[in-house]
Amino acid sequence: MGETKYTKDHEYIRVDGDVAIVGISDYAQSQLGDVVFVELPKLGKALSKGDEAAVVESVKAASEVYAPVSGEVTEINAALEGQPGAINEDPEGSGWFMKVKLSDPSELSGLMSEADYKAYLASIH
Amino acid sequence: MLNRQGRPTTPGDATHNDHPTFTGNKALSQIEPLIFETGRLETTGVDYEAPQSFKSRLAELERKSEIGLPGVSEPEAMRHYVRLSQKNYGIDTGLFPLGSCTMKHNPRLNEKIARMPGFSDVHPLQPVSTVQGALEVMHTLSHWLMELTGMDAVALSPKAGAHGELCGMMAIKAAIAAKGESATRNVVLVPDSAHGTNPATAALIHFIVKPVPVREDGTVDPAVVASLAGPDTAAIMLTNPNTCGLFEKDVVAIADAIHAAGGYFYADGANFNAIVGKARPGDLGVDAMHINLHKTFSTPHGGGGPGAGPVVLSELLAPFAPVPFVRHTDEGFELVESEEEASNHGAHAFGRMTAFHGQMGMYVRALSYMLSHGSDGLRQASEDAVLNANYVRACLADLMSLPFGNRPCMHEVLFDDTWLKDTGVTTLDFAKAMIDEGYHPMTVYFPLVVHGAMLIEPTESESRASLDLFIATLRDLAMSVKRGETERFTGAPYHAPVRRMDETRAARSPILKYTPPQAALEAAE
Repeated sequence: MGETKYTKDHEYIRVDGDVAIVGISDYAQSQLGDVVFVELPKLGKALSKGDEAAVVESVKAASEVYAPVSGEVTEINAALEGQPGAINEDPEGSGWFMKVKLSDPSELSGLMSEADYKAYLASIH
Repeated sequence: MLNRQGRPTTPGDATHNDHPTFTGNKALSQIEPLIFETGRLETTGVDYEAPQSFKSRLAELERKSEIGLPGVSEPEAMRHYVRLSQKNYGIDTGLFPLGSCTMKHNPRLNEKIARMPGFSDVHPLQPVSTVQGALEVMHTLSHWLMELTGMDAVALSPKAGAHGELCGMMAIKAAIAAKGESATRNVVLVPDSAHGTNPATAALIHFIVKPVPVREDGTVDPAVVASLAGPDTAAIMLTNPNTCGLFEKDVVAIADAIHAAGGYFYADGANFNAIVGKARPGDLGVDAMHINLHKTFSTPHGGGGPGAGPVVLSELLAPFAPVPFVRHTDEGFELVESEEEASNHGAHAFGRMTAFHGQMGMYVRALSYMLSHGSDGLRQASEDAVLNANYVRACLADLMSLPFGNRPCMHEVLFDDTWLKDTGVTTLDFAKAMIDEGYHPMTVYFPLVVHGAMLIEPTESESRASLDLFIATLRDLAMSVKRGETERFTGAPYHAPVRRMDETRAARSPILKYTPPQAALEAAE
C-alpha cells in the first residue's frame, strides 16, 4: 500500500500498484458536516484529472468531488449509498468513494504529501 | 399614597420551562395536532342532505370505503387554522432579515386594489374587450419595468425568479439559434458567488456551466471573464449587487468582455432592490434580467402568495420574447397569444412559459406599489434599504467579522464565522438563538464562498427603532458568545413550539408519506 496524497480540493488518493483509492479528507468531511447523499460515477467511466467524479451532499451544501488523477473507475463503494455516514466516521477507511486505474502515474507527483497537506490546511486558516 | 391592594407586578422567579402545564399548551402557544388526527368522521361543519335522485356513473371506479376526510365543526376548523397561523413567522409578525430574499412589507393598499372585482374576478378566457383594464395594468407595469431597467421588452408571464431565469436563458438560446451558432456556442459562465439557481437554469437547457472564481474582495474580475470567454461562450450569469452584498464595480467591463466574445449578459435581478432608480441594468450592458416582483416590488412572498418573475430583454433579445404579450393599438389593448401572431409584428417568439398570461394579482400589487411610491419614492426605498444594511454593518462590525473588510455594502451585509472560531458556537447555533429572541434568522451558510456565512438584509421597511432593537439583540447574543455562555446557543431554540430539528436524520431517512394514526384508518374502513 503506497503513500496517501492530497489535492487542494481536499480529495485523497492512496495508490496500490496501478490502482488508487479515492475519497475525501477528514478535513473535508468535517467542513461538510453530516453527509446525507453521495452520487458515485458509473463503473468503467474514464475520468480526466480535474473532472467531476462524484457529488457529495450534506445538510449544509452539495459539493463536487474531482478526480485527483486521470483513469478508469474500476470499483465504487456502493455501501455509501445506504450508509453515507461512513464518510464522516471513517473518511480514509470505510468512507472511500472509488477505485481508479491510473492512466498517467506521473500525475501523482503534482499532489501533496500528508505533511504538505497539513501545512496547506494550516495556511488556509 | 401607595396602593397596597394592587396585584403584584414583579414576575417573581418563575420561568415557564419549570412549570409544565396539564394540556402541554404554553398560554397562547398551543399544541395543535394535524386536522386528520382531530377530525371525527361522524361530525361535519356542513349539513347537506344527500341528493335523492343521484345516480353514480363511475361504475366499478366508485369508492367503496369512506374517504377519511376529517369531520370538524366550523369553530374547530377556524381554530385549527388560526392556531397554525399563530405559529407562523412573517413580515407582518416582525423583522425578517433573510438575506437575498428582500422580505419587505407588503403594503395594504396593494391588497385593497388587488381585491377590486375587476381584477380579482376576471377569467383568463374572457373576451379581451371585457378585460381592457386588466390588460392596461399589464401594459403599464411593462412600461415601468422597461423604464426602471432601461430595456426594450418584457416578458411578464414567468411565475418566479428561477422561472424568469429560464425564460431569459431560453431567449438567449433562441437568439444563438437564430444566428446558427447552436452547435458551438454552449458554455455559460457563472461566478462562484452566484445564486444556485443560475447554474441549475443553464444546465436545465443543456448549456455547459463553467465557474468563474471570485476575487479576494468578493467580486468578479473582468480580466478573468475575458480569459474564459470565447467563441463557445453563450452567456454569463451575474448577480449585481452580488450575493456578498457587494456592487460588482467592473460590471461594464465584464459586459464588454462577454459581448466581445459574442455572448450575452444575463443578470440575476434578485438584488434589484439595491439599485432601483440609481442604475439601469440596460446601461450596464445587461441583455436579460428577471425581476422578482415579490422581492423588489413588495408583492407577498412565501406562504403569502405566488411569486412573479417578469424578464426584461435588451434590443438584441427583444424579438425572441415569449407570448403572450400586450400590445396597445388604436382599438385598445390586445393580447398577442400565438407565435404566428407575434411574427406578424416582426417578432420571433421562442414559445410560451405559462398556459395563460401569468400572475395577474401580483401585477396589480406591483403596479400599485410603483404608482403609490412614484419614481422618487422607489429611488428612496433603494437608498433606505442600502442605508439600513450599512447601519446594521456599522453597529455590529466591532463584534462580528466581515469577510471583505469593514467597507460599505449594498442592501445586505455579509458576516462570516471567523469571530465564532474556538467559541463552541456555530453559525447555526447563533441563528437558532435568534429564534428564542423572537427574530427570524438571517440567511445562513450562503453564499458558499464565505465560511459560516450570515447574510442580513433588513430592507427599507424597518424603522430606526426597529433596527436598534435588532442590533441590540444581536450585540447581546454576540457578547454572550464571547462570555462563553455556549448553552444559550447549542441548545437553542428553547422557547420555540418545537426544539431543534435533527436535520441529518430528516435528510437521511425522510418520511415522505403521511401515515394516519390507526384509529383513523379503522374508522375509515
